[in-house]
Amino acid sequence: MSTDTAPTDVAVDDSNVDDHDHPSDSKYFQIALILGVLTALEVATYYVDIGPALIPILMVMMVAKFFIVAAWFMHLRFDNSLFTKFFVGGLILAVAVYVIALSAFEFWSKG
Amino acid sequence: MSEAAATDHATTTGMSHNKLAMWVFLGSECLLFGALISTYLVYRGRFATGPAPGDIFDIPFTSVSSFVLLMSSLTMVLALSAIKRGDLRNNRIWLLTTALLGSLFIGGQVYEFTTFFREGLGYTTSPFSSAFFTLTGFHGVHVSIGILMLMSMFISSLRGSLRKEHSETVEIIGLYWHFVDIVWIFIFSVIYLVPSPTS
Repeated sequence: MSTDTAPTDVAVDDSNVDDHDHPSDSKYFQIALILGVLTALEVATYYVDIGPALIPILMVMMVAKFFIVAAWFMHLRFDNSLFTKFFVGGLILAVAVYVIALSAFEFWSKG
Repeated sequence: MSEAAATDHATTTGMSHNKLAMWVFLGSECLLFGALISTYLVYRGRFATGPAPGDIFDIPFTSVSSFVLLMSSLTMVLALSAIKRGDLRNNRIWLLTTALLGSLFIGGQVYEFTTFFREGLGYTTSPFSSAFFTLTGFHGVHVSIGILMLMSMFISSLRGSLRKEHSETVEIIGLYWHFVDIVWIFIFSVIYLVPSPTS
């Protein structure tokens, strides 16, 4: 009888696949603080009139929050770069498709 | 084959295929939410005789909801950090906290929808209302599914079937949760904070 057959009733240990160093808990709190401050600044733009700079500033803060969550909380900064490529690929495709779609609806000129 | 060698080559690519599948799924979700956000942007000025977006949005209330969801991303990542250390007690605490914060967000959304309905904004009132409820409703469904997954992990942990060696399961569900948070970051800025038409 063969003895090298893999057992089928053993729980799969998935802790060593793609193992990478994660930031400490205190680092996560610092990241959350930065996100909280950015959100507060976003909300502040609702109450403070900053004129035509409003939308560019909101977009910059939105993108900054997006990248901070993706890089630190979703660990893209530390993980295999293929994960980033798949996600960013989908994101770029979505942005391209819908910018074209919005252009077809004359969104940029008519709003 | 030794046990160490078996672990080193756990997958044919050397990376977790489950995690890769989740990232591919999240990439495809960008297209779904992109479609819903674009549709809203096209129709936000078409409110006919119904309430206009600028008239009914409650920015202070939505700001608090957004902050709650943002902080749930912190508690989610703390749950992952705890299980990676083998700290099952703190893992359960943070999983439950994340689910509670998610529930608080959903409660806020139900309150917002109810208020809008009382102010005359139904699903079919105008193209704006249909696009708004579809977008935010889809996001709410995603959050609700996330809460169910979190509670499922919490119950598994209580039963003793979620241990340190299953940390990748927590990480994958965490990815989904953070994505839901990222989508709200977009929705909050583009739909609520960018000045909306008024009647």
